[in-house]
Amino acid sequence: MGYTLNFAAVWRSFDLLLEGLALSLALAFAAILIGAVIGLFTAFCLISKHGLARRPAGIYVTIIRNTPILVLVLFTYFALPQLGFRLGKIESFVFTLALYSGAYLAEVFRAGLLSIPAGLREAGLAIGLTEMQIRTSIIAPLMFRNVLPSLSSTIISLFKDTSLAAAIAVPELTFEARKINVETFRVIETWIVASCLYVVTCSILAALMRAVERRLSLPR
Amino acid sequence: MTGNLLEIRDLHKSYGDVEVLKGVDCTMVQGDVISIIGSSGSGKTTMLRCINMLEEFQGGSIRIDGQEIGYETVGGQRRRKSEKEIARQRALTGMAFQQFNLFPHMSAARNVMLGLMKVKKLSKEEARSIAEKWLDRVGLRARADHFPGQLSGGQQQRVAIARAIAMNPKLMLFDEVTSALDPELVNEVLQVIKTLAQEGMSMLLVTHEMRFAYEVSNRVIFMNQGRIGEEGNPREMFHKPRTERLSEFLKTSSFN
Repeated sequence: MGYTLNFAAVWRSFDLLLEGLALSLALAFAAILIGAVIGLFTAFCLISKHGLARRPAGIYVTIIRNTPILVLVLFTYFALPQLGFRLGKIESFVFTLALYSGAYLAEVFRAGLLSIPAGLREAGLAIGLTEMQIRTSIIAPLMFRNVLPSLSSTIISLFKDTSLAAAIAVPELTFEARKINVETFRVIETWIVASCLYVVTCSILAALMRAVERRLSLPR
Repeated sequence: MTGNLLEIRDLHKSYGDVEVLKGVDCTMVQGDVISIIGSSGSGKTTMLRCINMLEEFQGGSIRIDGQEIGYETVGGQRRRKSEKEIARQRALTGMAFQQFNLFPHMSAARNVMLGLMKVKKLSKEEARSIAEKWLDRVGLRARADHFPGQLSGGQQQRVAIARAIAMNPKLMLFDEVTSALDPELVNEVLQVIKTLAQEGMSMLLVTHEMRFAYEVSNRVIFMNQGRIGEEGNPREMFHKPRTERLSEFLKTSSFN
Protein backbone atom coordinates (compact mmCIF):
# COMPACT_ATOMS: atom_id res chain seq x y z
CA MET A 1 0.00 0.00 0.00
CA GLY A 2 2.18 2.84 -1.17
CA TYR A 3 -0.72 5.20 -1.84
CA THR A 4 -0.28 8.72 -0.48
CA LEU A 5 -3.35 10.89 -0.30
CA ASN A 6 -2.95 14.07 -2.29
CA PHE A 7 -5.92 16.36 -2.55
CA ALA A 8 -4.17 19.14 -4.49
CA ALA A 9 -5.50 18.06 -7.88
CA VAL A 10 -9.05 17.80 -6.50
CA TRP A 11 -8.85 21.20 -4.84
CA ARG A 12 -7.83 22.75 -8.14
CA SER A 13 -11.11 21.57 -9.61
CA PHE A 14 -13.15 22.21 -6.49
CA ASP A 15 -15.12 24.98 -8.16
CA LEU A 16 -16.30 22.42 -10.72
CA LEU A 17 -17.58 20.23 -7.90
CA LEU A 18 -19.38 23.19 -6.36
CA GLU A 19 -20.97 24.04 -9.70
CA GLY A 20 -22.02 20.42 -9.96
CA LEU A 21 -23.47 20.55 -6.46
CA ALA A 22 -25.40 23.71 -7.33
CA LEU A 23 -26.89 21.97 -10.33
CA SER A 24 -27.74 18.89 -8.22
CA LEU A 25 -29.61 21.13 -5.79
CA ALA A 26 -31.38 22.94 -8.60
CA LEU A 27 -32.44 19.64 -10.19
CA ALA A 28 -33.74 18.35 -6.88
CA PHE A 29 -35.52 21.58 -6.09
CA ALA A 30 -37.30 21.77 -9.44
CA ALA A 31 -38.21 18.09 -9.46
CA ILE A 32 -39.46 18.01 -5.89
CA LEU A 33 -41.51 21.16 -6.39
CA ILE A 34 -43.28 19.71 -9.41
CA GLY A 35 -43.38 16.31 -7.71
CA ALA A 36 -45.08 17.79 -4.64
CA VAL A 37 -47.91 19.16 -6.77
CA ILE A 38 -48.26 15.82 -8.55
CA GLY A 39 -47.98 13.99 -5.23
CA LEU A 40 -50.63 16.07 -3.48
CA PHE A 41 -53.07 15.66 -6.34
CA THR A 42 -52.33 11.93 -6.54
CA ALA A 43 -52.71 11.51 -2.77
CA PHE A 44 -56.21 13.01 -2.85
CA CYS A 45 -57.02 10.67 -5.75
CA LEU A 46 -55.68 7.67 -3.81
CA ILE A 47 -58.05 8.30 -0.91
CA SER A 48 -60.98 9.20 -3.16
CA LYS A 49 -64.05 6.99 -3.02
CA HIS A 50 -64.37 7.30 -6.80
CA GLY A 51 -62.64 4.46 -8.60
CA LEU A 52 -62.15 6.69 -11.62
CA ALA A 53 -59.80 8.87 -9.58
CA ARG A 54 -58.34 6.16 -7.37
CA ARG A 55 -57.40 3.50 -9.90
CA PRO A 56 -55.30 5.55 -12.35
CA ALA A 57 -53.51 7.12 -9.37
CA GLY A 58 -52.81 3.66 -7.98
CA ILE A 59 -51.46 2.44 -11.31
CA TYR A 60 -49.15 5.47 -11.62
CA VAL A 61 -47.75 4.98 -8.13
CA THR A 62 -47.29 1.23 -8.61
CA ILE A 63 -45.48 1.54 -11.92
CA ILE A 64 -43.14 4.30 -10.78
CA ARG A 65 -42.34 2.76 -7.42
CA ASN A 66 -41.58 -0.61 -8.93
CA THR A 67 -39.22 0.66 -11.59
CA PRO A 68 -35.61 1.56 -10.73
CA ILE A 69 -35.10 5.25 -11.14
CA LEU A 70 -32.06 4.69 -13.36
CA VAL A 71 -34.24 2.76 -15.78
CA LEU A 72 -36.77 5.62 -15.77
CA VAL A 73 -34.01 8.15 -16.42
CA LEU A 74 -32.63 6.15 -19.35
CA PHE A 75 -36.10 5.43 -20.70
CA THR A 76 -37.10 9.10 -20.71
CA TYR A 77 -33.85 10.26 -22.26
CA PHE A 78 -33.26 7.53 -24.82
CA ALA A 79 -36.58 5.82 -25.51
CA LEU A 80 -39.10 8.66 -25.42
CA PRO A 81 -37.43 10.61 -28.27
CA GLN A 82 -38.07 7.54 -30.45
CA LEU A 83 -41.74 8.14 -29.71
CA GLY A 84 -41.46 11.78 -30.65
CA PHE A 85 -41.08 13.19 -27.13
CA ARG A 86 -37.69 14.87 -27.11
CA LEU A 87 -36.29 16.82 -24.18
CA GLY A 88 -32.87 18.26 -23.35
CA LYS A 89 -30.74 16.39 -20.82
CA ILE A 90 -31.62 18.58 -17.88
CA GLU A 91 -35.30 18.87 -18.72
CA SER A 92 -35.49 15.15 -19.31
CA PHE A 93 -33.98 14.42 -15.90
CA VAL A 94 -36.16 16.93 -14.08
CA PHE A 95 -39.20 15.46 -15.80
CA THR A 96 -38.24 11.95 -14.68
CA LEU A 97 -37.34 12.88 -11.13
CA ALA A 98 -40.55 14.93 -10.83
CA LEU A 99 -42.66 11.93 -11.87
CA TYR A 100 -40.64 9.73 -9.53
CA SER A 101 -40.97 12.20 -6.61
CA GLY A 102 -44.68 12.49 -7.32
CA ALA A 103 -45.21 8.79 -6.72
CA TYR A 104 -43.17 8.70 -3.52
CA LEU A 105 -44.59 11.94 -2.15
CA ALA A 106 -48.12 10.72 -2.98
CA GLU A 107 -47.59 7.83 -0.58
CA VAL A 108 -46.16 10.14 2.09
CA PHE A 109 -49.07 12.57 1.69
CA ARG A 110 -51.63 9.79 1.60
CA ALA A 111 -50.48 8.50 4.97
CA GLY A 112 -50.67 12.06 6.29
CA LEU A 113 -54.19 12.54 4.95
CA LEU A 114 -55.41 9.33 6.54
CA SER A 115 -54.20 10.51 9.94
CA ILE A 116 -56.50 13.55 9.92
CA PRO A 117 -59.68 12.99 11.94
CA ALA A 118 -62.85 12.90 9.82
CA GLY A 119 -64.48 15.27 12.30
CA LEU A 120 -62.44 18.19 10.99
CA ARG A 121 -63.85 17.78 7.51
CA GLU A 122 -67.35 17.59 9.00
CA ALA A 123 -66.74 20.71 11.04
CA GLY A 124 -65.70 22.45 7.83
CA LEU A 125 -68.78 21.20 6.00
CA ALA A 126 -70.99 22.28 8.90
CA ILE A 127 -69.93 25.91 8.55
CA GLY A 128 -70.63 25.80 4.83
CA LEU A 129 -67.16 25.29 3.37
CA THR A 130 -66.90 23.41 0.08
CA GLU A 131 -64.78 20.26 -0.17
CA MET A 132 -62.11 22.22 -2.03
CA GLN A 133 -61.97 24.94 0.64
CA ILE A 134 -61.70 22.25 3.30
CA ARG A 135 -58.80 20.65 1.45
CA THR A 136 -56.87 23.87 1.00
CA SER A 137 -57.56 25.51 4.37
CA ILE A 138 -57.72 22.57 6.73
CA ILE A 139 -56.66 19.20 5.36
CA ALA A 140 -53.56 20.12 3.35
CA PRO A 141 -51.91 22.36 6.00
CA LEU A 142 -52.49 19.75 8.71
CA MET A 143 -51.34 16.92 6.49
CA PHE A 144 -48.19 18.86 5.66
CA ARG A 145 -47.36 19.22 9.36
CA ASN A 146 -48.06 15.54 9.99
CA VAL A 147 -45.73 14.36 7.26
CA LEU A 148 -42.79 16.69 7.83
CA PRO A 149 -40.57 14.04 9.47
CA SER A 150 -41.06 11.51 6.67
CA LEU A 151 -41.06 14.28 4.08
CA SER A 152 -37.59 15.22 5.26
CA SER A 153 -36.14 11.77 4.58
CA THR A 154 -37.93 11.55 1.23
CA ILE A 155 -36.53 14.90 0.15
CA ILE A 156 -32.99 13.89 1.14
CA SER A 157 -33.37 10.61 -0.66
CA LEU A 158 -34.61 12.43 -3.79
CA PHE A 159 -31.71 14.85 -3.60
CA LYS A 160 -29.27 11.93 -3.59
CA ASP A 161 -31.08 10.46 -6.59
CA THR A 162 -29.90 13.44 -8.64
CA SER A 163 -26.54 11.64 -8.86
CA LEU A 164 -28.19 9.35 -11.41
CA ALA A 165 -28.34 12.26 -13.83
CA ALA A 166 -24.63 11.52 -14.41
CA ALA A 167 -25.84 8.56 -16.46
CA ILE A 168 -27.12 10.93 -19.14
CA ALA A 169 -24.20 13.35 -18.79
CA VAL A 170 -25.99 16.08 -16.85
CA PRO A 171 -23.06 18.00 -15.31
CA GLU A 172 -24.16 17.64 -11.68
CA LEU A 173 -21.92 16.73 -8.75
CA THR A 174 -21.37 13.03 -9.51
CA PHE A 175 -20.76 13.71 -13.17
CA GLU A 176 -18.17 16.41 -12.35
CA ALA A 177 -16.49 14.14 -9.81
CA ARG A 178 -16.17 11.40 -12.37
CA LYS A 179 -14.69 13.87 -14.83
CA ILE A 180 -12.10 15.02 -12.28
CA ASN A 181 -11.39 11.42 -11.40
CA VAL A 182 -10.68 10.56 -15.03
CA GLU A 183 -8.57 13.66 -15.57
CA THR A 184 -6.49 13.50 -12.39
CA PHE A 185 -6.49 9.78 -11.57
CA ARG A 186 -6.90 10.77 -7.89
CA VAL A 187 -9.68 8.20 -7.45
CA ILE A 188 -9.86 8.04 -3.68
CA GLU A 189 -9.49 11.77 -3.09
CA THR A 190 -12.09 12.70 -5.69
CA TRP A 191 -14.74 10.39 -4.32
CA ILE A 192 -13.96 11.29 -0.71
CA VAL A 193 -14.51 14.95 -1.49
CA ALA A 194 -17.66 14.29 -3.52
CA SER A 195 -19.05 12.09 -0.74
CA CYS A 196 -18.29 14.77 1.84
CA LEU A 197 -20.16 17.33 -0.25
CA TYR A 198 -23.21 15.02 -0.35
CA VAL A 199 -23.03 14.34 3.38
CA VAL A 200 -22.71 18.02 4.29
CA THR A 201 -25.53 19.04 1.94
CA CYS A 202 -27.85 16.34 3.21
CA SER A 203 -27.10 17.29 6.80
CA ILE A 204 -27.92 20.91 6.05
CA LEU A 205 -31.16 19.86 4.34
CA ALA A 206 -32.11 17.75 7.35
CA ALA A 207 -31.37 20.64 9.71
CA LEU A 208 -33.48 22.98 7.56
CA MET A 209 -36.37 20.54 7.62
CA ARG A 210 -36.11 20.19 11.38
CA ALA A 211 -36.20 23.98 11.66
CA VAL A 212 -39.35 24.09 9.53
CA GLU A 213 -40.84 21.37 11.71
CA ARG A 214 -40.11 23.33 14.88
CA ARG A 215 -41.42 26.49 13.31
CA LEU A 216 -44.71 24.90 12.28
CA SER A 217 -45.25 22.79 15.38
CA LEU A 218 -48.50 23.67 17.09
CA PRO A 219 -48.36 25.31 20.49
CA ARG A 220 -49.80 23.26 23.29
CA MET B 1 -95.38 27.86 3.46
CA THR B 2 -96.21 26.97 7.00
CA GLY B 3 -94.00 29.38 8.89
CA ASN B 4 -92.16 26.50 10.49
CA LEU B 5 -88.44 26.92 10.95
CA LEU B 6 -87.81 23.20 10.59
CA GLU B 7 -90.07 20.64 9.04
CA ILE B 8 -89.06 17.00 8.89
CA ARG B 9 -91.45 14.68 7.09
CA ASP B 10 -91.24 10.89 7.15
CA LEU B 11 -87.44 10.82 7.34
CA HIS B 12 -85.90 7.48 6.42
CA LYS B 13 -82.23 6.67 6.64
CA SER B 14 -80.42 3.38 6.23
CA TYR B 15 -76.84 2.22 6.40
CA GLY B 16 -76.92 -0.61 3.90
CA ASP B 17 -79.61 -2.98 5.12
CA VAL B 18 -79.89 -1.43 8.54
CA GLU B 19 -82.63 1.16 8.79
CA VAL B 20 -81.73 3.64 11.52
CA LEU B 21 -84.48 6.20 10.94
CA LYS B 22 -87.84 4.67 10.19
CA GLY B 23 -90.05 7.62 9.42
CA VAL B 24 -89.39 10.58 11.67
CA ASP B 25 -91.63 13.65 11.66
CA CYS B 26 -90.75 16.79 13.51
CA THR B 27 -91.51 20.46 13.25
CA MET B 28 -90.15 23.40 15.13
CA VAL B 29 -90.78 27.13 15.07
CA GLN B 30 -88.43 30.04 15.59
CA GLY B 31 -87.18 30.11 19.16
CA ASP B 32 -87.92 26.47 19.96
CA VAL B 33 -85.38 24.66 22.08
CA ILE B 34 -85.85 20.96 21.58
CA SER B 35 -83.89 18.25 23.32
CA ILE B 36 -83.61 14.86 21.72
CA ILE B 37 -83.05 12.07 24.20
CA GLY B 38 -82.90 8.31 23.89
CA SER B 39 -80.56 5.40 24.29
CA SER B 40 -77.53 5.06 22.03
CA GLY B 41 -78.39 3.67 18.64
CA SER B 42 -81.88 5.14 18.75
CA GLY B 43 -81.09 7.44 15.82
CA LYS B 44 -80.94 10.81 17.54
CA THR B 45 -77.49 11.84 16.32
CA THR B 46 -78.24 10.51 12.85
CA MET B 47 -81.38 12.62 12.70
CA LEU B 48 -79.38 15.70 13.63
CA ARG B 49 -76.74 14.94 11.02
CA CYS B 50 -79.34 14.53 8.29
CA ILE B 51 -80.52 18.08 8.93
CA ASN B 52 -77.21 19.52 7.74
CA MET B 53 -76.54 16.75 5.22
CA LEU B 54 -73.57 15.27 7.03
CA GLU B 55 -75.60 12.12 6.43
CA GLU B 56 -77.49 11.35 3.26
CA PHE B 57 -81.02 10.09 3.69
CA GLN B 58 -83.05 7.88 1.42
CA GLY B 59 -86.60 8.98 2.05
CA GLY B 60 -88.70 11.83 3.34
CA SER B 61 -87.87 15.50 3.36
CA ILE B 62 -86.32 18.16 5.52
CA ARG B 63 -87.17 21.82 5.12
CA ILE B 64 -85.56 24.77 6.83
CA ASP B 65 -87.45 28.02 6.43
CA GLY B 66 -89.33 26.38 3.60
CA GLN B 67 -86.19 25.38 1.69
CA GLU B 68 -85.91 21.72 0.84
CA ILE B 69 -82.60 20.46 2.17
CA GLY B 70 -80.19 18.28 0.22
CA TYR B 71 -82.45 16.85 -2.44
CA GLU B 72 -84.70 18.01 -5.21
CA THR B 73 -87.17 16.24 -7.39
CA VAL B 74 -86.63 16.71 -11.09
CA GLY B 75 -88.98 14.98 -13.50
CA GLY B 76 -90.17 12.62 -10.78
CA GLN B 77 -86.57 11.68 -9.92
CA ARG B 78 -85.21 12.48 -6.48
CA ARG B 79 -81.64 13.65 -6.75
CA ARG B 80 -78.98 15.21 -4.59
CA LYS B 81 -78.52 18.94 -4.98
CA SER B 82 -75.17 20.28 -6.18
CA GLU B 83 -72.32 20.39 -3.66
CA LYS B 84 -72.30 24.16 -3.88
CA GLU B 85 -75.99 24.39 -3.08
CA ILE B 86 -75.64 21.90 -0.23
CA ALA B 87 -72.71 23.89 1.17
CA ARG B 88 -74.89 26.99 1.08
CA GLN B 89 -77.73 25.18 2.81
CA ARG B 90 -75.43 23.83 5.50
CA ALA B 91 -74.72 27.39 6.51
CA LEU B 92 -78.40 27.75 7.46
CA THR B 93 -77.56 25.65 10.48
CA GLY B 94 -74.66 25.67 12.87
CA MET B 95 -73.38 22.55 14.53
CA ALA B 96 -71.37 21.77 17.63
CA PHE B 97 -69.88 18.30 17.88
CA GLN B 98 -69.12 15.90 20.68
CA GLN B 99 -65.41 16.05 19.89
CA PHE B 100 -65.32 19.86 19.37
CA ASN B 101 -63.48 19.41 16.04
CA LEU B 102 -61.62 22.69 16.24
CA PHE B 103 -59.06 23.17 13.50
CA PRO B 104 -55.87 22.48 15.48
CA HIS B 105 -53.58 24.64 13.33
CA MET B 106 -55.63 27.79 13.85
CA SER B 107 -56.03 30.02 16.86
CA ALA B 108 -59.43 30.28 18.51
CA ALA B 109 -60.10 33.49 16.61
CA ARG B 110 -59.00 31.98 13.28
CA ASN B 111 -61.31 29.03 13.86
CA VAL B 112 -64.22 31.43 14.13
CA MET B 113 -63.01 33.63 11.28
CA LEU B 114 -62.54 30.89 8.70
CA GLY B 115 -66.20 30.47 7.79
CA LEU B 116 -66.84 34.20 7.95
CA MET B 117 -64.09 34.82 5.42
CA LYS B 118 -64.49 31.80 3.14
CA VAL B 119 -68.26 31.38 3.19
CA LYS B 120 -69.59 34.83 4.07
CA LYS B 121 -66.74 36.49 2.16
CA LEU B 122 -66.15 39.06 4.89
CA SER B 123 -62.86 40.93 5.09
CA LYS B 124 -60.30 39.79 7.63
CA GLU B 125 -61.01 42.82 9.82
CA GLU B 126 -64.77 42.29 9.82
CA ALA B 127 -64.32 38.58 10.53
CA ARG B 128 -61.91 39.33 13.36
CA SER B 129 -64.29 41.73 15.01
CA ILE B 130 -67.20 39.28 14.80
CA ALA B 131 -64.96 36.50 16.11
CA GLU B 132 -63.90 38.63 19.06
CA LYS B 133 -67.49 39.51 19.81
CA TRP B 134 -68.53 35.86 19.94
CA LEU B 135 -65.46 34.70 21.81
CA ASP B 136 -66.30 37.39 24.32
CA ARG B 137 -69.83 36.07 24.54
CA VAL B 138 -68.57 32.59 25.43
CA GLY B 139 -66.13 34.08 27.92
CA LEU B 140 -62.97 33.50 25.91
CA ARG B 141 -62.05 36.92 24.58
CA ALA B 142 -58.69 36.65 26.36
CA ARG B 143 -57.98 33.31 24.68
CA ALA B 144 -58.61 34.51 21.12
CA ASP B 145 -55.03 33.87 20.06
CA HIS B 146 -54.62 30.55 21.84
CA PHE B 147 -54.50 27.36 19.83
CA PRO B 148 -56.91 24.50 20.53
CA GLY B 149 -54.07 22.48 22.06
CA GLN B 150 -53.66 25.20 24.68
CA LEU B 151 -57.31 25.19 25.72
CA SER B 152 -59.23 22.89 28.06
CA GLY B 153 -62.00 20.71 26.65
CA GLY B 154 -64.66 23.07 27.96
CA GLN B 155 -62.92 26.06 26.43
CA GLN B 156 -62.52 24.26 23.11
CA GLN B 157 -66.20 23.42 23.06
CA ARG B 158 -67.09 27.04 23.77
CA VAL B 159 -64.89 28.15 20.86
CA ALA B 160 -66.60 25.55 18.69
CA ILE B 161 -69.99 26.97 19.67
CA ALA B 162 -68.76 30.49 18.92
CA ARG B 163 -67.46 29.28 15.54
CA ALA B 164 -70.87 27.86 14.65
CA ILE B 165 -72.96 30.70 15.95
CA ALA B 166 -70.82 33.47 14.47
CA MET B 167 -72.09 32.31 11.08
CA ASN B 168 -75.51 33.53 12.16
CA PRO B 169 -77.37 30.27 11.56
CA LYS B 170 -81.14 30.03 11.75
CA LEU B 171 -80.88 26.87 13.80
CA MET B 172 -78.17 25.47 16.06
CA LEU B 173 -77.57 21.73 16.26
CA PHE B 174 -75.80 20.42 19.35
CA ASP B 175 -74.61 16.85 19.17
CA GLU B 176 -73.84 15.55 22.66
CA VAL B 177 -71.60 18.51 23.22
CA THR B 178 -70.78 17.66 26.82
CA SER B 179 -70.24 13.91 26.45
CA ALA B 180 -66.49 14.16 25.91
CA LEU B 181 -65.93 16.63 28.74
CA ASP B 182 -64.64 16.06 32.24
CA PRO B 183 -67.54 16.49 34.67
CA GLU B 184 -66.22 19.75 36.11
CA LEU B 185 -66.14 21.31 32.62
CA VAL B 186 -69.68 20.38 31.63
CA ASN B 187 -71.30 23.29 33.37
CA GLU B 188 -69.45 26.11 31.63
CA VAL B 189 -70.61 24.73 28.26
CA LEU B 190 -74.20 24.19 29.37
CA GLN B 191 -74.26 27.72 30.71
CA VAL B 192 -73.32 29.10 27.29
CA ILE B 193 -76.05 27.08 25.61
CA LYS B 194 -78.58 28.13 28.21
CA THR B 195 -77.81 31.80 27.64
CA LEU B 196 -78.20 31.37 23.88
CA ALA B 197 -81.51 29.62 24.42
CA GLN B 198 -82.75 32.42 26.62
CA GLU B 199 -81.85 34.90 23.91
CA GLY B 200 -84.17 33.13 21.50
CA MET B 201 -81.75 31.01 19.48
CA SER B 202 -83.56 28.06 17.94
CA MET B 203 -81.85 24.82 18.88
CA LEU B 204 -81.98 21.10 18.58
CA LEU B 205 -79.89 19.34 21.20
CA VAL B 206 -79.00 15.71 21.34
CA THR B 207 -78.06 15.23 24.96
CA HIS B 208 -77.57 12.82 27.80
CA GLU B 209 -77.86 15.62 30.34
CA MET B 210 -81.42 14.99 31.42
CA ARG B 211 -81.47 17.69 34.05
CA PHE B 212 -80.30 20.18 31.44
CA ALA B 213 -82.84 18.99 28.86
CA TYR B 214 -85.50 19.42 31.51
CA GLU B 215 -84.44 22.93 32.39
CA VAL B 216 -83.57 24.44 29.05
CA SER B 217 -85.95 22.99 26.48
CA ASN B 218 -89.55 23.78 25.74
CA ARG B 219 -90.01 20.40 24.10
CA VAL B 220 -88.39 17.02 24.42
CA ILE B 221 -88.30 14.26 21.85
CA PHE B 222 -87.65 10.71 22.98
CA MET B 223 -86.18 8.63 20.17
CA ASN B 224 -86.69 4.90 20.29
CA GLN B 225 -85.44 2.45 17.66
CA GLY B 226 -85.42 4.93 14.80
CA ARG B 227 -88.78 6.49 15.57
CA ILE B 228 -90.06 9.21 17.81
CA GLY B 229 -91.23 7.27 20.84
CA GLU B 230 -92.77 10.14 22.66
CA GLU B 231 -92.63 13.93 22.63
CA GLY B 232 -94.01 16.74 24.66
CA ASN B 233 -93.09 19.38 27.17
CA PRO B 234 -90.33 18.38 29.55
CA ARG B 235 -92.47 18.51 32.67
CA GLU B 236 -94.93 15.92 31.35
CA MET B 237 -92.26 13.84 29.69
CA PHE B 238 -90.04 13.51 32.73
CA HIS B 239 -92.69 13.31 35.42
CA LYS B 240 -95.45 11.44 33.63
CA PRO B 241 -93.96 9.37 30.81
CA ARG B 242 -96.75 7.85 28.76
CA THR B 243 -94.79 4.92 27.37
CA GLU B 244 -93.10 2.06 29.14
CA ARG B 245 -89.92 2.60 27.08
CA LEU B 246 -89.49 6.20 28.17
CA SER B 247 -90.14 5.42 31.77
CA GLU B 248 -87.52 2.62 31.58
CA PHE B 249 -85.09 4.98 29.89
CA LEU B 250 -85.55 7.70 32.49
CA LYS B 251 -84.96 5.20 35.28
CA THR B 252 -81.57 4.28 33.87
CA SER B 253 -80.60 7.87 33.01
CA SER B 254 -79.18 10.51 35.27
CA PHE B 255 -82.52 12.25 35.78
CA ASN B 256 -84.06 11.63 39.16
